[in-house]
Amino acid sequence: MSVPVQAIRFENVSKSFDGRRVLENVSFDVPQGTACCVMGRSGTGKSVTLKLLMGLLKPDSGRIYVNDTELAALDSRELVEIRKTMGFLFQYSALFDSLSVAENVAFPLRRHTRMTEGDIQASVRERLAEVGLDNELDKMPLDLSGGMRKRVGLARALALEPSILLVDEPSSGLDPITTLEIDNLLMNLKAAKHTTMVVVTHNIPSARRIGDSLVVLHEGHIVVQGKAEELDKSKHEVVRQFMESAEGRLTHGVI
Amino acid sequence: MSNLDQLRRRGKPRLIDMTSAFRRLCSEAGLLSVFASRTIRGVLRRPFELKEIVHQIVEIGWRSLPLVIMSGLAIGVVLSMHTRATMDRFGAEALIPTALAIALLSETGPLMTGLLVAGRVGAGIGAELGGMKITEQIDALESLAVDSFHYLAVTRVMACMIALPILTTVMNFSGLIGGYLAETVISGVSLRAYFRQAFQDIAFADYVLPTLKTTVFGFIIGTVSSYLGYTATGGSEGVGRASTRSVVLSSMLLIVVNVVLVRIIQMLVRDHAL
Repeated sequence: MSVPVQAIRFENVSKSFDGRRVLENVSFDVPQGTACCVMGRSGTGKSVTLKLLMGLLKPDSGRIYVNDTELAALDSRELVEIRKTMGFLFQYSALFDSLSVAENVAFPLRRHTRMTEGDIQASVRERLAEVGLDNELDKMPLDLSGGMRKRVGLARALALEPSILLVDEPSSGLDPITTLEIDNLLMNLKAAKHTTMVVVTHNIPSARRIGDSLVVLHEGHIVVQGKAEELDKSKHEVVRQFMESAEGRLTHGVI
Repeated sequence: MSNLDQLRRRGKPRLIDMTSAFRRLCSEAGLLSVFASRTIRGVLRRPFELKEIVHQIVEIGWRSLPLVIMSGLAIGVVLSMHTRATMDRFGAEALIPTALAIALLSETGPLMTGLLVAGRVGAGIGAELGGMKITEQIDALESLAVDSFHYLAVTRVMACMIALPILTTVMNFSGLIGGYLAETVISGVSLRAYFRQAFQDIAFADYVLPTLKTTVFGFIIGTVSSYLGYTATGGSEGVGRASTRSVVLSSMLLIVVNVVLVRIIQMLVRDHAL
């Protein structure tokens, strides 16, 4: 069986909510083992893009392929199988608040593998050690800081060792040092396990560090697509503002 | 402008309000029906999530026991006092245990249990699922390749359907004990004589059918509160609204459906004591 070159393919995808068009004919590809950073102002459909990719939302038109499989053509059982190969780190982590840190990470292993309890515990420790939280096994999510919750969310998303990782704003609400730590975790993951990533972020330094390619969304359309250098060359006003804000030069914004 | 014209002008927006409210009600009822039929299909579909169902039975059933027992005892005492006041007039005090047992088993026990569980569990499920919805935990379940509807809604509905008849039996028994306590203080009747009298004219079917109807109550409570939790929007206010509406709507439906169920039971068993 040939290995698909494009892990993710968006073809002319449109999506509306209550008559408001959030995405309009959006197309982009993410080659296997690379990271694509999706940027744009709030409300431009970045998180919707991730939810479409995970099959949590259905597009109004267009096609979405994951490893050459069109999501819309799958029944619920086939979608479940595809999702086992993907991980999702939510913007606010979405940890199960009735379960401890260890139970959150163990949850997908208990559901989808035949591992013994001992192996599950070992795997949970390993995942949490990767994010530097192997001493917080018994804590409840509400007792953790935002950065710690995000790292637990990442450990849970990685529990089944997915080949595709979707990350929604990994640096939102975090200090620059924790942001850098999470960026490093994602870069290590890409380098070590060849994981394909789609990372939604507002943070341009993060996007430059993590992303092999960048997509900038504005008013439902892609305004810049390509490598980081494309951003520097772009004359688009929103992109310029993004760049200026990253360099601390933005004094006013267009609303 | 004539009074009639003024009335028309005032009446028109009100009519539009009522029309849109009626349309919303119909749409909500339709969505709830679709949710209910999906739940029924889900009950018969793998995986059966036995572990989660047992967990929910403990949450719904076991944790409701103190409430049900205390309420049962109090209801038994009050019913006994009312029954005595009535029976006294006809010199039929000996029939007090029988009357109390009939009242409890046929209607008071099942309906009171249903309403108590609708209050405690309905609000809990509505708030829990509503909280999970707005904090994206339901999306997180889906992203972890778990059918969230099956895992969250179907298991809770099943647990309600299993727990309700058991809780009703406990309520009936507690009510009879409460009745006995009230009676023994007044008349000094013994436990054995009281229970012999209570069950003298009651057949097994008289207990089984009204108790089994509470599985329907369980279905209503579980489905309505899961639906409202699942469709909650608007932050913590939305969660509160889902919780309150779960109690109100499930209690209301439960009382209305009870009328139909009682009629069906009466048609099924024409000659029994109840």
